[in-house]
Amino acid sequence: MSGHGEQERQLFELGRLVKAGLTQPLSLMRRGGVGRILAVRSSDGDREVERGLLEMGFVEGACVEVLHYGLLGRDPLAVRINQTMTVALRRGEANAVLVGPLLDQTADARSSASQEGRPL
Amino acid sequence: MTAGTLAAEGFRPLRIALVGPPNSGKTTLFNTLTGGRQKTANYPGVTVERKSGRLRTPVGHTVELLDLPGSYSLRARSPDEAITRDVVLGRQAQEGLPDAVVCVTDATNLGQHLRLLLELRQLGRPLILALNMMDLAQKRGCEISTEALSRQLGIPVVTTVAMRKSGVRDLLGQIDTLLNQTPTGGGAAAIDDWVEPSPDAIRAYHREVERLLPEAVVREGAPERLTRRLDRVLLHPVAGPLILIALLFLMFQAVFSWAEAPMDWIDGGMAGLQQWLSAYLEESLLKSLLVDGIVAGVGGVVIFLPQILILFLFILLLEDSGYMTRAAFLMDRLMSAVGLNGRAFIPLLSSFACAIPGIMAARTIAHPLDRLVTILIAPLMTCSARLPVYILLIAAFVPATTVWGGIGLQGLVMFGLYATGIVGALIVAGVLRLTLLRGGRQPLLMELPSYKWPNPVNVLLGLWERAKIFMRRIGTIILSVLIVLWFLSTFPAPPDGATEPAIYYSFAGLIGRALEPLLAPIGFNWQIAIALVPGLAAREVAVAALGTVYALSGDEGTVVEALTVTLAQSWTLATALSLLAWYVFAPQCLATLAAVRRETNSWRWATFMFVYLMTLAYIAAFVTYRVALALGGG
Repeated sequence: MSGHGEQERQLFELGRLVKAGLTQPLSLMRRGGVGRILAVRSSDGDREVERGLLEMGFVEGACVEVLHYGLLGRDPLAVRINQTMTVALRRGEANAVLVGPLLDQTADARSSASQEGRPL
Repeated sequence: MTAGTLAAEGFRPLRIALVGPPNSGKTTLFNTLTGGRQKTANYPGVTVERKSGRLRTPVGHTVELLDLPGSYSLRARSPDEAITRDVVLGRQAQEGLPDAVVCVTDATNLGQHLRLLLELRQLGRPLILALNMMDLAQKRGCEISTEALSRQLGIPVVTTVAMRKSGVRDLLGQIDTLLNQTPTGGGAAAIDDWVEPSPDAIRAYHREVERLLPEAVVREGAPERLTRRLDRVLLHPVAGPLILIALLFLMFQAVFSWAEAPMDWIDGGMAGLQQWLSAYLEESLLKSLLVDGIVAGVGGVVIFLPQILILFLFILLLEDSGYMTRAAFLMDRLMSAVGLNGRAFIPLLSSFACAIPGIMAARTIAHPLDRLVTILIAPLMTCSARLPVYILLIAAFVPATTVWGGIGLQGLVMFGLYATGIVGALIVAGVLRLTLLRGGRQPLLMELPSYKWPNPVNVLLGLWERAKIFMRRIGTIILSVLIVLWFLSTFPAPPDGATEPAIYYSFAGLIGRALEPLLAPIGFNWQIAIALVPGLAAREVAVAALGTVYALSGDEGTVVEALTVTLAQSWTLATALSLLAWYVFAPQCLATLAAVRRETNSWRWATFMFVYLMTLAYIAAFVTYRVALALGGG
């Protein structure tokens, strides 16, 4: 568990990003878009979707990259997590994942983008 | 007393469970460790396969290794994963707590796979971590310190290369070491206290992995590139579906063209056997049972083995290479429109060979309603047992001409029958989802693993397994049905001066003639009605039964040839089309109904399936017959 101060700092950071309009749900990201997960929250009662997402690697702080869409309704999505695992999910579930910009450009994000020849 | 001495004194073999996330190479490791010494059975009450195998450790312990279904977490989401959870927690009836657990992880995806290990570690039971696919990780320049990881985790860590025998030596040695230690105890309390992890508990596991990894991973490897490049084409919104369709087309093409030669061999062999028996046996009831009942009937079913194996060869190759999940990805949107999950694509594809393995494959679908709908529509996929009936009727009634510049009309009708089944299945699924089986759906959430070359051992063992299941079915259900049918169609014997074929006066004839008024509105004569009685047990038997009804004898090939001529003369086109429509829907396979009962654990859904398919078949045949009559097909 992270300390109390750490949680407050994260909440503050999240609020700042939301205000600046820099966040969006994973479901609205364009193909090729990259970002860092800020929050995973589902509205269903037993938080089943949230647990499922967490188990597949969608956790706060992880880097995501939208690789592919389906043909109809751009659904489902294929998302690369932390440059290691690719997961397919539907737009409905992707709504529960809030993504912000890759502010602190950690090594994995930078190296992945340069390898794929795409500017951040 | 240690587990090792327990085993050494011959109380029982040591039991070790193999646990790991999907795509961790767990099954390959299992196959390498146990080789051909595997046993497949079912867990009581569910059709989850229980795969176990024997192996000997270097010290000489005999170990029973249990291959548990892949799972990302002990929090089970499907019947498959529930088995993994229950066995690990010692809650599975007739199984008992394993003496040790080997957690298999993909070394190239350690960040995602270590969470399951942490969950298992919480239980406080003997545990070994196997870093699998180590050769791949090293090739990408990744370096992992097993000593550091072992120190951090407090459990033995070994690296394995599942494809090679030498790659598992460390693991076997470690199993010996672990088994000779006295168990520390204390595990029981942790196991009894186990609860499903909450979202925050899963987050805590994530943080723990993040803390552990930098200490153990000396150098990170380069990300995999080939899979990304391939997916750019294979998952392309336009090119992807086109490639999928082309692959499926190739697959069905192969099923029909490659199977031709082995099917001819089987046919020839069976005909030879019949001739041999006819020549050497005295004219008697026993001879009739052997030649007409058993050999002809079994031959009529065994002949589909090549087709089933070729179809499964493709399915296993697609699964092992990692493409099958891409197919599910591409099909998901289309299937979700009728309330199905993209994952249902795999069971439905298997159902084209035979509905039974398809129904069994549906257990990977987590949501009970999604799973039930998939099971209920699986028999609508045209299985290979319908083929002989289709081929016979098409040959007799559809002229071998070409239309629209070179497309064979017969092939087109065949395609239409397949398509009718698929469209029917989609409509039924949609209707069920809007009426009886309304309610929540499972999220898709599915890993798209890296592509890899299929492992020949995995594929061959999988094929062998399918062949065994099929032959066992022939040896049990089909054989007993054939004997009963022979009895029904042989007794009582026809009276003196009988004008109709013998079967007309038999029990089967009585049943068929009793059914005739019911079947007259859809254009079936008493001959068809009689043939449908044995055909209810297994579809393919109907062809042999028609041969008997029209008093034709000889080996299979000549009967079919003679039947083609006879049917073309004695049936109207409307009747033939009506019978084809009937065959698309009718639930004529006892083994499938038995599989549905076993899988859903109730007769209710098996009965429901029988009734709805029967109704659909009657309606389809009725409409087809009336329309064909109106258009002058009488």
